[in-house]
Amino acid sequence: MRQYKMELTDEEKEILEGKHGEVMRKILESVVLYGEAFEAKRLLPIDGPVHLVTSFGLAGIEIVFDMMEELIDAGLKTKEAFTADPRPIDYDNVECTEMQKKIFSAMYRNQERYEAQLKKLGLKDDNAFTCTCYMPEVGNIPKNGQILSWAESSAVVYANSVIGARTNRTSGIIELLCGIIGKVPEFGLVTDEGRRARWLVELKTSELPNAQVLGSAIGMKVVEDVPYIVGLDRFLGKGINNITADYLKDMGAASASNGAVGLYHVENITPEAVEQGRALLIRDFLTYTIDDNEIKRVIDSYPVLWTDLNAKPAMCFIGCPHLSLRQIYDWIERISRKLSEAGKDNVSINTVLCAAPDVILRFKSDGEAYKKLTDMGLHLTYICPLMYMSNAECARQPIITNSNKLRTYSTARFFPDDEVLDIIVVGNMQGGNRI
Amino acid sequence: MTRTFKGRVILGGNLCGESIVTHQGLNILASYLKALSERNGTAICSDQNNSDLYGKELAGKIICLPQTIGSTTGGMILQSVAKQGIGPKAMLFSKHIDSLAAAGIILCDVWNQKRIVTIDQLGDEFLEFVKDGQRIEIKEDGTVTVS
Repeated sequence: MRQYKMELTDEEKEILEGKHGEVMRKILESVVLYGEAFEAKRLLPIDGPVHLVTSFGLAGIEIVFDMMEELIDAGLKTKEAFTADPRPIDYDNVECTEMQKKIFSAMYRNQERYEAQLKKLGLKDDNAFTCTCYMPEVGNIPKNGQILSWAESSAVVYANSVIGARTNRTSGIIELLCGIIGKVPEFGLVTDEGRRARWLVELKTSELPNAQVLGSAIGMKVVEDVPYIVGLDRFLGKGINNITADYLKDMGAASASNGAVGLYHVENITPEAVEQGRALLIRDFLTYTIDDNEIKRVIDSYPVLWTDLNAKPAMCFIGCPHLSLRQIYDWIERISRKLSEAGKDNVSINTVLCAAPDVILRFKSDGEAYKKLTDMGLHLTYICPLMYMSNAECARQPIITNSNKLRTYSTARFFPDDEVLDIIVVGNMQGGNRI
Repeated sequence: MTRTFKGRVILGGNLCGESIVTHQGLNILASYLKALSERNGTAICSDQNNSDLYGKELAGKIICLPQTIGSTTGGMILQSVAKQGIGPKAMLFSKHIDSLAAAGIILCDVWNQKRIVTIDQLGDEFLEFVKDGQRIEIKEDGTVTVS
């Protein structure tokens, strides 16, 4: 047995000695070594289901699927049913050329094998694929104070900040191994000290900023530190309602992808800020002020990776992270109003809204609303647009989005919601105010 | 000129090799995505956003870096390229190791018996000193000699 620095229980020592089988030994050894890399002193029991970041059967990572096979052969599964990130492919709702289909078939050739493995390891059900597992329709909703093992960055920052649960930005696969042993290493955002804020972010804008831009500004400035944000309650009010939760979901996803934020506090809004206030700030905190000029500076700093800046967009993705049920209705209303003003019936750009399968199911149960969506030429899918765009063939298309996460990880061009609306209705870049 | 640095041992070992240096975070997924799909025994960095590494061969090199960045799937990508024999020979971090790299090197070590010798906290001076193509000697105790 290796020498470990971590304090281990008798049972953990037995597992590491191989008394609970070779596979359990390797699982615990991985988790302990991972924790030791971050100076964790011990392991803590987790309280809620895992959410996996790996949801795709990508070619080239067969070694991961072989590892899954080992876990399954040893009869292991997570202690509670888990959810996973979105599936990569939905030909019914996302139009693809024959060439693109060929590429996806090759890229994700292990998808069927991997999904079968996930079911054996404890996947909640066939609809459990979304980055927003915490939506009421999906049901993987942690409680305040619970310790978790999550990896998807947008879900981690939501669980920590909006719910007050505790999880690190765990790496993929490690989160699953923690779910099987039911423990995580105690370090970082799991600890009281790790949840204190190093930055005071003062919001001094004249109006509520676009959530994705505000999150991006914060992420790029504080990178992986914890910010304490003041001034948002002027626009959002105190406490958390559905509108605020959606705003924070989108702001957090941008802060996590444009930086590496795993937790933020918002004065008078998020649970720990309501409870502890500015006592959450460390003694020598730094200050970042965001005003209208700073918001403009941040938007103007985004590189545009299109070869032709005036190209007609081939597609528009809305919903990264996945939309809530309320957001789907909201987008339909806004698009409908805009089309009506323009004297049109359909959008002029292939526009795809993304949401969790369970949210889509619930939305479709409102036949009238679903008909309105399809009548306007909109599509509703459960895929991850990042996975759609992570190949050269799709990436070379001029695609627009309202997601700062998708912008960061792909060639998609970002526009705030109002400009996205203009562009998809008018059908060309003249619809965007900035061109 | 030869200089010696001392860091914290994450996965130890004694070896020599050739350096390749990035001063910005190594995006594991973006860097290895092409190599994973092409499977031709090389690992040419495919991350267009990394001007230090883009287009350069990473396989078998000692990667000198501040940290890794990007998708939380990065760990399994690192595990996969190591298993295919096109992973780094060692990873030398100027800063504290991050969760993506930690997962990758540990999963590879425990599940595939493939060791990527890893030292972290070598300091900013290390990354300022080391250049592409230098000979690096790593000792079990975390001593790194660049010449």
